[in-house]
Amino acid sequence: MTGTGKKVLVFGYGNPGRLDDGLGPIFAEEFEKLNLEGVSVDSNYQLSVEDSAAIAEHDYVIFVDADESGPEPFHFEHVVPRAHMSFSSHSISADALMSMAEELLSSKAEAYMLGIRGYEFNEFGEWLSPKAKKNLAEALVFLEKALGDCNFAMYVNRFGIKNR
Amino acid sequence: MGVTKKVVIEPVTRVEGHGKVTILLDEKGQVTRARLHIVEFRGFERFIQGRPFWEVPVTVQRLCGICPVSHHLAAAKAMDVIVGADKLTPTAEKMRRLMHYGQTYQSHVLHFFHLVSPDLLFGFDADPAVRNIIGVIKKYPELAVQGVMMRKFGQEVIKVTAGKKIHGTGAIPGGINKNLSIAERDFLLKDIDQQIEWSRGALKIAKDYTIEHLEELSGFGSFDSNHLSLIRADGALDLYDGGIRMIDSEGNKVIDHFNNQNYSDIIAEEVRDWSYMKFPFIKDLGVDKGWYRVGPLSRINTADFIDTPEAELARQEFKAVTSGKPNNITMAYHWARMIEVLHSAEKMKELLLDDDLQGEDLVVKGERRSEGVGIIEAPRGTLFHHYKVNEDDQVTMCNLIVSTTSNNVPMNLAVEGVAKKYLSGTEITEGLLNRVEVAIRAYDPCLSCATHALGKMPLTVSVVDHCGQIVDKKST
Repeated sequence: MTGTGKKVLVFGYGNPGRLDDGLGPIFAEEFEKLNLEGVSVDSNYQLSVEDSAAIAEHDYVIFVDADESGPEPFHFEHVVPRAHMSFSSHSISADALMSMAEELLSSKAEAYMLGIRGYEFNEFGEWLSPKAKKNLAEALVFLEKALGDCNFAMYVNRFGIKNR
Repeated sequence: MGVTKKVVIEPVTRVEGHGKVTILLDEKGQVTRARLHIVEFRGFERFIQGRPFWEVPVTVQRLCGICPVSHHLAAAKAMDVIVGADKLTPTAEKMRRLMHYGQTYQSHVLHFFHLVSPDLLFGFDADPAVRNIIGVIKKYPELAVQGVMMRKFGQEVIKVTAGKKIHGTGAIPGGINKNLSIAERDFLLKDIDQQIEWSRGALKIAKDYTIEHLEELSGFGSFDSNHLSLIRADGALDLYDGGIRMIDSEGNKVIDHFNNQNYSDIIAEEVRDWSYMKFPFIKDLGVDKGWYRVGPLSRINTADFIDTPEAELARQEFKAVTSGKPNNITMAYHWARMIEVLHSAEKMKELLLDDDLQGEDLVVKGERRSEGVGIIEAPRGTLFHHYKVNEDDQVTMCNLIVSTTSNNVPMNLAVEGVAKKYLSGTEITEGLLNRVEVAIRAYDPCLSCATHALGKMPLTVSVVDHCGQIVDKKST
């Protein structure tokens, strides 16, 4: 359970049919098995505007996504709400979604991104590469520990890209 | 031949994968050609080979996170043919239709409110810091809430018909695996009149905008074209099933009520060396004249009528603008799309009030076949699924033509038209970039076949001269 009594949403996203792009949903599937009190887990192919409603009901949101070029095994960043336009997608980026939740639903949720390094993306297949699997395991251990104290600023200092 | 320069607009967004616009200039800085490059991943056909056919309606949803329901239903329709289910039970067909209208509704609504409304409400030249969904929330908060609530309703319809909001399992070869409970029906019915009311409002925004800007939009990435869609036997708009109809730019029927199982007799796909995406065309007309548009604009153009009252009145207003002829204005896609939103809402209400949805007869089977085609009108346009299956029930062949592929030539022409009108010299202005995006966005292309991971580049604009040197580059 979270050590602070705060409500946390863990949201993994990506396509499990595209190899390491499935890191986010697979993380969500595994993390849900921990059944932590105060922690809701959700997943989808991508973020969408209606996710703003779930965000507004939580104190913290942890987005989990595959990262094609970030540091190994993962990095952890603060998501700063930012309004911007996407090209033609039916999706929305994490920062734009947080901005929307803030503006539309007066959300006070604080958001972080857990980017897990993946390696193989450009094929169809429902499995993870061996290195991505290893990174996934380390990321699972990390987040369970991080939710124990919710001292996310400290973890950004330690695992943010700028500090890797 | 004169010296040419290349202006490259390279949007790389997280979900969309990789799209790029190349604008070719002559030595005087005039546009000679524009090309839209989209990475379309073709490996799915191989991925599906060897799998049991009954798994395909679920597995195929891995192809696309944007419109999985459309792939789910198109694959299920193809597998109906394989298991010899020539006519589904009323409960099965109506449950699938409800699922499909829910999908169309939520897809169109999200596109309109999230992506298009900022362009329409603030104008193409508005500051990008304002011209986005947050700008809409700040200036039109009620509209923004409506967009979210309408999207959510469509998702709820998908959830109760497909079994869950993603990776649904509702449609199976020969039918469905669940009906609609009374509780599920009542849960949706309590909101449906509000959904219809909001649909009217969205339609009014799109209609009023198009009529008020008709002259400008007529010259904005617009061109004459063929239009292709499924059509019901009596000529009505039908998003779920029908024969193939194609009309030319004057409205003459080039193909009508063609048996969709034989689509490959009339449609071929061309490969071009500069594009990852294929170019479908009607064989008899050839590559140069046989290309066509699909999607909401084409469907409203090809239909003789719509079988729900308010959407039919809206269709008549739409047709009146072009005196009954096909509407070839690219930006009229948005108006047509909102007619379909109202139609979907009306159809959902009609279906929710139909007792057949609580029926118990869910699956039929007949004589087993080795080949099946499933075609559906997905939100973005006609979607073709074609499979062959061996005696061990394994898929041996799969061919898909997605709607964005059918709109490949039209999107290229739209971009070229905009570039010719708004670009002079080699500088990519904010206004040009906005307009190129607006023209592509009208087709609501789905580029999600590419992967999604973090670390992709933002929108990048490059100007490349005839020597291959980048002379200007901008990123969003």
